Order: sequence, then C-alpha cells, then structure tokens
Amino acid sequence: MTQSQENSRQITYVQAVNEAIEYEMANDPDVFIMGEDIAGGAGRADLGKQDAWGGVFRLTKGLIGKFGEDRVRDTPISEAGFIGAGVGAAATGMRPIVDLMFVGFFGVCGDQIVNNAAKMHYMFGGKVKIPITIITSTGAGTASAAQHSETLYSVFTHFPGLKCVSPSDPYTAKGLMTAAIRDDDPVIVFNHKLLMGRTVKPEMGKGIGFGSIVPENSYEIPIGKALVPVEGNDITLIGISYTTLVCKEAAVELQKKGYSVEVIDLLSLSPMDNETIIKSVMKTRNVVIVDEDYPRCSIASDISALVAEEAFDYLDSPPIRITAPHTLVPYSLPLEMEYLPSKEKVIEAAISILE
Amino acid sequence: MAKSKETGIDKQTALWMYQTMTTTRMFEAECRRQADQGKLRGMHSSIGQEAVPTGICAHLKDGDQILGTHRSHHHCIAKGVNLNEMMAELLGKSTGTNKGKGGTMHIADINKGMLGANGVVGSNIPVAVGAALTSKLKGSQNVSVVFFGDGAVGQGVLYESMNLASIWKLPVIFVCENNRYAEATPFEYSMAGQSVAKRAPGFDMPGINVDGQSVVEMYNASKVAIQKARNGEGPTLIEAMTYRYQGHFGADPPLTYRTEEEEALYKSKDCIDRMKSYLIDMGFSDEEEISGMDEKANIAVAESVKFADESPFPNLEELHTEVYVKYE
Ligand SMILES: Cc1ncc(C[n+]2csc(CCOP(=O)(O)OP(=O)(O)O)c2C)c(N)n1
Ligand SMILES: [Mg+2]
Repeated sequence: MTQSQENSRQITYVQAVNEAIEYEMANDPDVFIMGEDIAGGAGRADLGKQDAWGGVFRLTKGLIGKFGEDRVRDTPISEAGFIGAGVGAAATGMRPIVDLMFVGFFGVCGDQIVNNAAKMHYMFGGKVKIPITIITSTGAGTASAAQHSETLYSVFTHFPGLKCVSPSDPYTAKGLMTAAIRDDDPVIVFNHKLLMGRTVKPEMGKGIGFGSIVPENSYEIPIGKALVPVEGNDITLIGISYTTLVCKEAAVELQKKGYSVEVIDLLSLSPMDNETIIKSVMKTRNVVIVDEDYPRCSIASDISALVAEEAFDYLDSPPIRITAPHTLVPYSLPLEMEYLPSKEKVIEAAISILE
Repeated sequence: MAKSKETGIDKQTALWMYQTMTTTRMFEAECRRQADQGKLRGMHSSIGQEAVPTGICAHLKDGDQILGTHRSHHHCIAKGVNLNEMMAELLGKSTGTNKGKGGTMHIADINKGMLGANGVVGSNIPVAVGAALTSKLKGSQNVSVVFFGDGAVGQGVLYESMNLASIWKLPVIFVCENNRYAEATPFEYSMAGQSVAKRAPGFDMPGINVDGQSVVEMYNASKVAIQKARNGEGPTLIEAMTYRYQGHFGADPPLTYRTEEEEALYKSKDCIDRMKSYLIDMGFSDEEEISGMDEKANIAVAESVKFADESPFPNLEELHTEVYVKYE
C-alpha cells in the first residue's frame, strides 16, 4: 500500500471492528471470542457452511476460517451462561470477547456482568483481573421496537468496575476495540446499529463513516479520552456514538448560519473525559448534550451536572440535553423518527441559545 | 357430525384447521410482499410451521392465554387475532392490535387470549407460568400455552419455569417449535442430548415429541395435554418437530447454513398439503371446497392490506402515552 492510499483508506465500521479483532487474535493467543452465530452454522464444517453469518452485523465474518472453532465459538442462546463463562475464563488467564447481540438482552445476563465482571477485582482485593470485552449493539431507527432498540449506556456506567466505550465511526471503532481487548478491566463496547449499516431509512445511513480514514496498522484510541473533531468558539455540541454524527451534521448547518461550533465526540463513557468537556465549555460558554439514551439518570444528565458543578461561572446559558423522551422505543415509523434525537432538534436548541 | 375414527377429529374442526393454516400462509406471503415494497419493516416468517399452533389452538377458548416469540404471526392467527388489526400493526398504523407501538415481534390481543409475542428469546416462558397461576388462584380452568423455539432451550429460564409449573401443578403447556435452527445454528450443535422432550421427565412432567408438520398429530397430542392441564394434573412439554421454509428473517439466505436437499425433504412433508389430502381421504371435503377455502383466505388477506393502507399512522403524542397506567 502506498503512502497516499494509507492516508485515505476508507472502510466500513463493520470492517474496522473486524480488523481490530483479527489483529488481536493473531497477536495474542489468549484472545478468543464467543457469541450466538458469530460464525454461524456451527458444527457444519463437513458441509463447508461454518461461517454462514459472522455475527448478525457481520463483525466477526471470516474469523473462524482464520482461527478455528476453538477460538471462535458459536454458542447456544445462553447469555448468562456464556458471558459468565467469559468472566471465568478472563479470571483464569484468557482475554475473551463476548457478544451480547442487542444491549436489551443484558436483562438475561445482567448478574454476570454487574455482580461478577464488575466486582471480582475489587471484592477479591485486587488479586484477580477480569480482562473481558463485551461487545453489544445499541440504538433505534431500525424498526425493531422496544426490546431491540435501546441504548442503556447509563445502566452500565452506573456500576463501578465496568469501563464503557462508544465509537462513532470506523476510525474510532477500530481504535477503541483494540484498546478494549488490551485493557485489563472489563470493557463494554457499544456499537450503534445505524453505524453498522442497519437502517430502514436510507438517508439515515448516508455519510456514515464519511471522511473517517482508517489506518491499516493496529492502533489504540485511549479509553477515557474524548476527541474534538470540530473546533469552534460559540457553542459546544457533545455527541455519543451515532449522535456525534448528528452533532457534526448540525454543526455544518450552524456554521452556514455564521456560528462557530465545537463538537466533542465523547467516545468513553466510563471513565469519562471530564477535562475535555470542561475545557471546551469554558471556551464556548454554551453546551448542548445529545444522547440517544433514556433521559433519566443518563450520561446527558451526568454531563449536565458536571458542567453545572465545575464550569457554572463560565456558562452563558443552562446546559441543554437532547435525549430520547422518557418513553419506550416505538415500532411505527413516524413515532420512531420522533423518538430519535435529530439534527433538527439540535439546531433548534443551539439557535435558542445563540440568538 | 362426521368424525374420523382414526383421529377423532370432527369435520368442522378439520375444516377450521385447514382454513387457519392456509390463511396464515397467505398472510405471511403477503407480509413478504409488503416488506419488499418497504411498507412493512422487518419480520420473521412462520411459513412451514402453521400446523403447530393450529393443532393446539383448536382446543383453546378465548380465556386461555398463549404467548409467542419473535416469530409469532401463525400463533396469533391460530388464536383468532383479527387479520386487519394484525396487518395494520405490521404497517405501523394506529388501528393495529398494539396501536402501531409493538410491530411484528410484539403482537398482543389479550381479549383473544394472545398474551403477546416477545422478542427476547425465552423471556415469554415464565410469563405463561404466571398466567397459569392466575388460572389456578382464580379457579378459572383456563390454561396457558407458551410457544418457544429450539433456540430458547438454551435459556436457563425455561428450566426455572418448568420446575415452578411442575411443583405447583400449573395448567401450562410448554411448546417447543423445533424448526431445527436458531438463526444459523442447528439444534444438533446447541442442544445436548438432541431433545428437549427428554428433559421433561427430570421435572416430573411428560415430554412428548410430535410431528409438528402434521396438524392432526399436533391436535391429538395437545388434546391430552390440555385436558390434563384443565383437570389440575399439571404441565406438559411438547416438542413439535417442524421447519421454517424461509430465512431467519427477511434478508437471511438460509442456504448459507443448510442444504437444498434438506429443504426439499421438509417441504415434501408440508403441513398444508398433508391436511388437504387428509380432508379428501376422510371425505370431509373435496378439491372445489378446498379451493374455496384458499380463495376465502386470499380475500381476507387482501382486505387486511386494504384496511391497513387506509388506516392512519398514530399521532405523535402516542409516543408518550401508555408507558404507565398513571404517572404524575
Ligand atoms: C435473549 C436473546 N438472545 C438473542 C436473541 C437474538 N435472536 C432472535 S431470534 C434468535 C434465534 C431463535 O431461535 P429459535 O428459538 O429456534 O426460534 P426460531 O427463530 O427458529 O423461530 C436469536 C438468537 C434474542 N432475540 N434474544
Ligand atoms: Mg428454531
């Protein structure tokens, strides 16, 4: 690959995650992965049909061919069982990656995540490490209704002992996935379905990953650090995962209207990069936080509290939170579109402050 | 009334079962067309599995509750949920069974005894135990039937539920629709012992394996189980061997994990074809009357689309209503 190709390589979010997992598996024999249909067609090697799916989102496509069925394990639909087993393997020397297909299914296996993965290091006096990576999918916009469309970041960030990251494009997806696998604590990686190419409204998929250059070599994005993809002086828009894209789109429109907008791509939810947030808000004096999660006790509320506590004297306006409403994700298309934080809602909020 | 000696099924029931299955199949085919047009957003087709709920629901009344899964259109139709309201739900309209809020994975109509389809694998099972508990506490003689796939056999909650139902002798029928696959994973891989029916005796309940592509066999097997449940003799587990003809969901090409030969084998045992032969062999019906039933199904399905198309989308305020009964 030439230098210029390397500087302009664009791949999908799904490919980016796949590359990160593949690299870590190739370089660390302790890394392995488990989940439902992460290969697909388990036990069908004789029919040559063993990699039928590669995960529902195809994040793990091709891995079984490279690493074999010992390290790429299709599981029964037993989240409590295999995620708990992941914790046990992590405690005893492996570095498992486990796939919780949709975040709402944490309800099935929450005990293993919050009572074992999160707590064992502390309870056992720091003598046991749990280097497990849990990957899961989030988000509405795919007509999947109330049980398959949630975001739920704050459920996990609530628990001391869990780290949480939420990439926003192919570049951050690869870097954070790599960092998560190498981290010695349990890390949950939230991948938004729309970023992975699932959408029932084609226009929502447009621009996803656009401009995101993904180096071929392996790299980490440090857990706990936000990025500032757009710099400006009048207002700070804070995005998480898909809503970072919403913020960037809103920023373009606001810039056309003559405002100087800063966008923070939060990336890490626990630990959170308080410093970058506070620094930006002290500069712009205005902040809109855009979070797709339920509003109560959310990351958006957390940031709002942080800003109020640590940058109160700098603020020209109260922080605004654009979140999903305190309701469940509906199936019907017009309701689902109303549910989601949108560019329009962000622009309206920003203008209400700036004018 | 004519009644088959061999099967004990009366003519009226036999015709109802055929009508139900053919209606279901046409409804599902229409859903596929609606999805291709972009009107219906995502679904799991039940084509091939129509006999399972049909044979069971032939014994049920409105007061008996059934619970379904992500793949539940056939359960709903067999339990008598209104086709117009189902199609309206699938198109996200306000006249739908769930006012457009639930969609394909969550159709519910408690007045018809459809206590809801559930998208989380295994999650519906203990809820059926609870419905049976209500029946026992209120002395209503109602039974509850929970449908789940071979994939749900991997979930621990199934065994907690079977145990509860057994120690309390609750009127629950656990019905595993073993269509051989959970997404792309064959049950031969994921299910130790290759059978869920065999697990039932450990919970002190009968576990029976039934040809789920035969509505007659489904009818007979469930008749005994439901009678026992109504008589207070406790739960039964039925493992119905069946096959889904299409992919796991709309866009899934099943030949990536199974073979054409296998598909052909199960399609040769099609439940609707076999019921047609049965009706004719028993002298319950003839080709002409059967075509009439198909036509009736066709018309009902077309009407459901018309009804759904003419119905409005929900008002945006509906996004916020019914999260709670009361919240202030
Ligand atoms: C707890 C949980 N895990 C995973 C899924 C994703 N999922 C949806 S359907 C399905 C397969 C279910 O297979 P089975 O129970 O055999 O039912 P079938 O699809 O064959 O009707 C899976 C894994 C889910 N919905 N819920
Ligand atoms: Mg199945």
